[in-house]
Amino acid sequence: MQVGIEKSVVTPLIKKKSRVKNRGLSIQVSNALLSILLIIWEVAGALGKLNPILLPRPSTIIREFVSLTASGELAMHLGVSTWRALLGFLLGGGLGLAAGIWVGFSYKTERLLDPSLQMLRTLPHLAIAPLFILWFGFGEASKILLIAKGCFFPLYVNTFLGIRSVDGKLFDVGRVLQFSHWQMITKLIVPASLPNIFLGIRLSISVAWLGLVVAEMMGSSTGIGFLINDARSFSLTSVVFVGIIVFAIVGKLSDSLVKLIERRMLRWQDSYKGEGSS
Amino acid sequence: MLKIDKLNKTFAAPTGDVIALDNIQLQVKKGEFITIIGPSGCGKSTLLKIVAGLDTDYTGAVVLNGKPVDGPSIEKGFIFQEPRLFPWLTVEKNIAANLSLKDPIIRTRVTELIELVRLTGFEKSYPRELSGGMAQRVAIARALLRNPDVLLLDEPFGALDAFTRAHLQEVLLDIWQTNRTTMLFVTHDLDEAVFLGQRVIIMNPRPGHIRSVQPIDLPFPRKRSSSSFQELRHKVLSEFEKVEEPTIDVGAGI
Repeated sequence: MQVGIEKSVVTPLIKKKSRVKNRGLSIQVSNALLSILLIIWEVAGALGKLNPILLPRPSTIIREFVSLTASGELAMHLGVSTWRALLGFLLGGGLGLAAGIWVGFSYKTERLLDPSLQMLRTLPHLAIAPLFILWFGFGEASKILLIAKGCFFPLYVNTFLGIRSVDGKLFDVGRVLQFSHWQMITKLIVPASLPNIFLGIRLSISVAWLGLVVAEMMGSSTGIGFLINDARSFSLTSVVFVGIIVFAIVGKLSDSLVKLIERRMLRWQDSYKGEGSS
Repeated sequence: MLKIDKLNKTFAAPTGDVIALDNIQLQVKKGEFITIIGPSGCGKSTLLKIVAGLDTDYTGAVVLNGKPVDGPSIEKGFIFQEPRLFPWLTVEKNIAANLSLKDPIIRTRVTELIELVRLTGFEKSYPRELSGGMAQRVAIARALLRNPDVLLLDEPFGALDAFTRAHLQEVLLDIWQTNRTTMLFVTHDLDEAVFLGQRVIIMNPRPGHIRSVQPIDLPFPRKRSSSSFQELRHKVLSEFEKVEEPTIDVGAGI
């Protein structure tokens, strides 16, 4: 008497295998393209076609990377930068989440706070930075606050949006099941807005790295941003490249980490994952 | 047990007030299976929402077990037209919802109910993995876990295909005969109304009112093909043919 088993997920094994193969293939192709590009770059540099001050060869950059790593310099700068980004993210993101929840819940608070917050949101980092330095000096406070300012808005906007887009029909279910106010929040609103909150976290983290560079270039004696800025003034282009690559790797890693947690927690989602995903 | 007395409901519309329910009188005995049938716009869903306490803007009295209805509560289980499950919860967690599965009493009850709605083996499935009929059975189990005094069903099988619908009607009768829960079942399907109800409340629109009440004195399980069933079906149908606009769904069921 089981009706409807037909809809349960039965993906043919063969299809899945070929998909995995396809994905492997596309990764190989993208790797091959990258390698070809690097080889052309290296060869052109070796033949003297490129100005080493503007575009050092990949091998030079790798050598620089190794020496910076070996001396412990890179790890020290990265550690300082990560610490700043993390603190700024926790502070700004935490406040953004709280404000998003608060404004999301109450129409009154929305009317009271949202217009001014939206106005602050459009202010660029570079315009604010001098003011922060005047107020908080060159120390850690101004840097962390600048990062926090950037992290605040993505989480604020997305949390607010997530709360406001909770299906009204599920509220009726909550009422019929006699959910308390607290249960409405924890059992309904929070899980329903989790996809948006995760999007906000990911955007906030990328903004954290962005704000970090601005903060560290403004005036600092440590951090990857300082490393880049310092190398630039001495025309050590290969060090600039190392800094950029480290930023790219760390940014990607932190994003992947959140994505991994997101996939774990949002396993229930039934949305379009794109052509060719499994 | 459930008493509806002089119930009136008006909607404010730009063209003036529209009377949605006009002087509804209804008494439901404990354990009774009532079906309410009528064309769209007759106020049958509005009536159910008022009984559920989801709509409190009315005049008249709705009294359940001697207490006037003043808001939604678990004594009045409600099954919506769509299952409305929480997509982030598994089947068993959806049934438990705000109750903890760690509580051994709840745990046992949930397991029993999953068996009752014939979903054993799907405890850990997510709603997206279920068919419409399965999801609706989860919704029924979710309401039953709260031991409601009355189960209010608002066209619960309307969106399902004919076979699934027939199957779920049997599941529902099964549940009713096991638990003896009072049922108030709104439908626009004539066969469904006659097949399930001990009494069929026939409603008409403009303004929404009860036109007549047809007792169905057939023993369960009922056979749709039997002559007595067909006779009663015709009797109910003829109540609608007196209305100029027969928008009732004839023969959509089986």
